[in-house]
Amino acid sequence: MSAEHQFIAAGMDLGYGDRQVVSDFNLTIPPGKLTVIVGANACGKSTVLRGMARLLAPTRGAVYLDGKPIHTMPTREVATILGVLPQSPIAPDAIVVADLVGRGRYPHQGWFRRWTPEDDAAVAEALRATDTLELADRPVDELSGGQRQRVWIAMALAQQTDLLLLDEPTTFLDINHQVEVLDLLTDLVRNNGRTIVVVLHDLNLACRYADHIVAMKAGRLVAEGKPSEVMTEAIVAEIFGMASRIVIDPISDTPMIVPIGRHHVGAKVLA
Amino acid sequence: MTMALTPSAAVHAIRGNLATRRRNVTLGLAAALALTFALALYLGDFPVAPLDVLRSLLSPLTGEVNKGVDFIVLNVRVPRAVLAVLTGMSFALSGIIFQTLLRNPLASPDIIGISHGASASAVFGIIVLGLSGLWVSVGAFAGAVLTALAIYGLAWRNGVTAYRVVLIGIGMAAIMGAVMSYLFTRARLFEVQQALAWLIGSLNAANTGDIYPLAMALVVLIPLTIALLRTLDAMQLGDDTATALGARVEFSRLGLILAAVGYAAFATAAVGPVSFVAFVAGPIARRLLNGAGNGFLQAGLVGALVMLGSDMVAQHALPSIQLPVGVVTGVFGALFLLWLLMASNRAGRVN
Repeated sequence: MSAEHQFIAAGMDLGYGDRQVVSDFNLTIPPGKLTVIVGANACGKSTVLRGMARLLAPTRGAVYLDGKPIHTMPTREVATILGVLPQSPIAPDAIVVADLVGRGRYPHQGWFRRWTPEDDAAVAEALRATDTLELADRPVDELSGGQRQRVWIAMALAQQTDLLLLDEPTTFLDINHQVEVLDLLTDLVRNNGRTIVVVLHDLNLACRYADHIVAMKAGRLVAEGKPSEVMTEAIVAEIFGMASRIVIDPISDTPMIVPIGRHHVGAKVLA
Repeated sequence: MTMALTPSAAVHAIRGNLATRRRNVTLGLAAALALTFALALYLGDFPVAPLDVLRSLLSPLTGEVNKGVDFIVLNVRVPRAVLAVLTGMSFALSGIIFQTLLRNPLASPDIIGISHGASASAVFGIIVLGLSGLWVSVGAFAGAVLTALAIYGLAWRNGVTAYRVVLIGIGMAAIMGAVMSYLFTRARLFEVQQALAWLIGSLNAANTGDIYPLAMALVVLIPLTIALLRTLDAMQLGDDTATALGARVEFSRLGLILAAVGYAAFATAAVGPVSFVAFVAGPIARRLLNGAGNGFLQAGLVGALVMLGSDMVAQHALPSIQLPVGVVTGVFGALFLLWLLMASNRAGRVN
């Protein structure tokens, strides 16, 4: 279904008020891949996502979508190409799942084009992809955290965009639901050819699921590439200021970061 | 959910159910309003038989004139009921727009200081400038608009957050209350009495002339509201999500705030700051809908119903005394506020 889009941040500075958070950020999002942005707390990874999603205007530089600066494009036009799931979306009281997911159809509707069977089909497909069809008539308030997160992803999917940006979609989820969400995103990349950018906290899951990983520190890009090439002990030390040992994830053959703290360190490591 | 349906048909069926519930609530409220309206034309100190009421209403068409009855029905009861419906609807729409934009049921114009601004301005007009009649309304309107601008300006810090608007609004309400208290201490008893009567809000002196400014305002405000409602559906999900969906958030918010201030200002100018109608209408409508819609049309109907019903109670509850409608809505609203606070405490949420 997917068309390939060129999506580039060029020399982007971002900040809130006088406080600059991200400096001279350059990134080309590889199309048809899952890109994961990692880094320590407050390193600016969510801010980068907000900048690329046109939720925050850069103070310098620009974000280009198919060659056009995204902040000057009509926002509705952007919304048909680029979907975003922010960190803490708000569900109106008592709204049911099908209605919430239907809000994702907003950019496809207008004054003269109201709800159509095509919208029903898009919502149904989003519910099916996120395995939330059986929740469709339930109030969102009553769902568990994992279910709710899948419903929000369904809302973003109903928007039917080729590009999808998600800010920490696995936060507050149990490990099984984290894996579920990341498997779902991988399905969307592999089966539908979507391009997905996601900010993640968990380094090991990031290394396992990322086609392309972007490591940030203090508002700057430190390294990017395939996790197996990028994630070295030196890089982990640089971005987190922490010693670690990198082993091979026995399940996925990707790098797995084992942290080294002050306690519980075996004799072999100390030697 | 029936598993025999295709996913698409299931989604369609769920949306259909929501639409049905929405329609039923709307029809129910409209029927209740029509009934109350009919009752308002019938009830009164001067007994008029239902058929005579109907005959009077149709007299401009039929040419059948009965001067006494026509005066009671067409010049007293109809304007009063129409004004109750229009102001109730306006207060309700103002309330639900603020409550939805600020995501807080406390954020209605009678709590965040806009009504207080209108009141202080009207009291200033009555006591210091010696205004009366329509000029008091003009003063109230100006007060509402200026207070809203002041709240918006003071709450602005790279954009406007709901939290700051509510807090600054409550502070503004306190300041305006202090201004009124000061004016009262400086005033003569007669002026205080006149100002207080206006402050409680009343339909007792309603006449056709009060209806026109409000009706003309609604002709502008209602289409503006409808035009921006679709965006509000997206904005309910939070500013970031709405922007991501392609909504023009700041533009729509400004338009909606202007509309909400307009509703509150024109309604307050017409009947005084009748308390709590703006506050209760939205939550009642949403509770009736239970997730089946954003509740704007229904809130308007609830507001009209509360205003008209309260005015009937105010007129007829006590023999030989006509209470101001604000006394009744005040009691009703206070009970509702207590219930809202208790219910949200039980649910363990602040709002």
